[in-house]
Amino acid sequence: MTTTPAPVTGEQLTRLHADLVARATADGLLDVAYRTVDSPVGPLLLARTPAGVVRVAFAVQDHERVLQDLAERVSPRVLEAPRALDDVARELDEYFAGARLTFDVPVDLRLTAGFRRSVVEHLPDIPYGRTASYAQVAASAGSPRAVRAVGTACALNPVPLVVPCHRVVRSDGTPGRYAGGDAAKQALLELEARVGRAA
Amino acid sequence: MKQPFERVVVEHGATVLRVCRSVLGPIDADDAWSETFLSALRAYPDLPADANVEAWLVTIARRRAVDVTRRAARQAVPVAELPERTAPTDGRDLDLWAALAALPDKQRRSVTYHHLGGLPYEEVAAVLGGTVAAARRAAADGIAVLRRTYPRFAEEGESR
Repeated sequence: MTTTPAPVTGEQLTRLHADLVARATADGLLDVAYRTVDSPVGPLLLARTPAGVVRVAFAVQDHERVLQDLAERVSPRVLEAPRALDDVARELDEYFAGARLTFDVPVDLRLTAGFRRSVVEHLPDIPYGRTASYAQVAASAGSPRAVRAVGTACALNPVPLVVPCHRVVRSDGTPGRYAGGDAAKQALLELEARVGRAA
Repeated sequence: MKQPFERVVVEHGATVLRVCRSVLGPIDADDAWSETFLSALRAYPDLPADANVEAWLVTIARRRAVDVTRRAARQAVPVAELPERTAPTDGRDLDLWAALAALPDKQRRSVTYHHLGGLPYEEVAAVLGGTVAAARRAAADGIAVLRRTYPRFAEEGESR
């Protein structure tokens, strides 16, 4: 027997990992693909199922915890597969560059249900560069008294940015809270106001 | 609580590659590595949350590597020498994963790498750190515990 084991290099494992992702995809075993990207509002975790984008998460939400949550609530068959998220990353780049006003990638809303889901489904009705108050969103969802529930639905939106919960603000016009942090919400509203004026 | 499979690949990818190489050498090991993680990915949702993932993976790797050897043997030489079977398990033995999980870390890994993965003690020592003798002793101690905690192992006798 040999006495000096050949070393296993990170390069080899990276290549094997890429091959595994390709074969898992071909065999329909990749239930959740994810990658991280840099953005003007910090690193973002992007995850998708075969149905569409299932999760967008900010660094303050702890990406490791988000992945654990995906493993438990969607499927433990989770792999880092950057190329599977290329289209989502490209659309986000265009959005932050002011070159994209709406997202075209399919969205998988399985992580939200009931009233919260119906709120999330209607958020894209708020046009780019505009805002709606929590009370207005509650009214348009048919439950004018559910203002707090709308706030919760926005806070728990599984796909922020792609579904624009940042456009929901307080009745006095101040931005209000945001899962990505108050500064991120402010930055997004300013971006959209600037691009909207230029258009 | 089951980890995302990505964590499993990152944590155990190198060990699985060592097991595949110990059976196959560096060239065919890549293929066995992919097949190991592919079949593990397929079965992963059904693996009990308290199972010892490393031992489970190493056993699959060993089996896949032997499969690759057998395929090559069928295609080429009629009397190829098959690696000796060291694992008393078909890979679906859930009691074993639980019994292994209860072992102290060094014993568990020595038993896993040597008896399930087929790594020689020189290589077990290289992975664990420490001497060859210490790896051998940890594996022997682990087997002694398993004789009490895992009845089937005692019935079949220590395979090696």
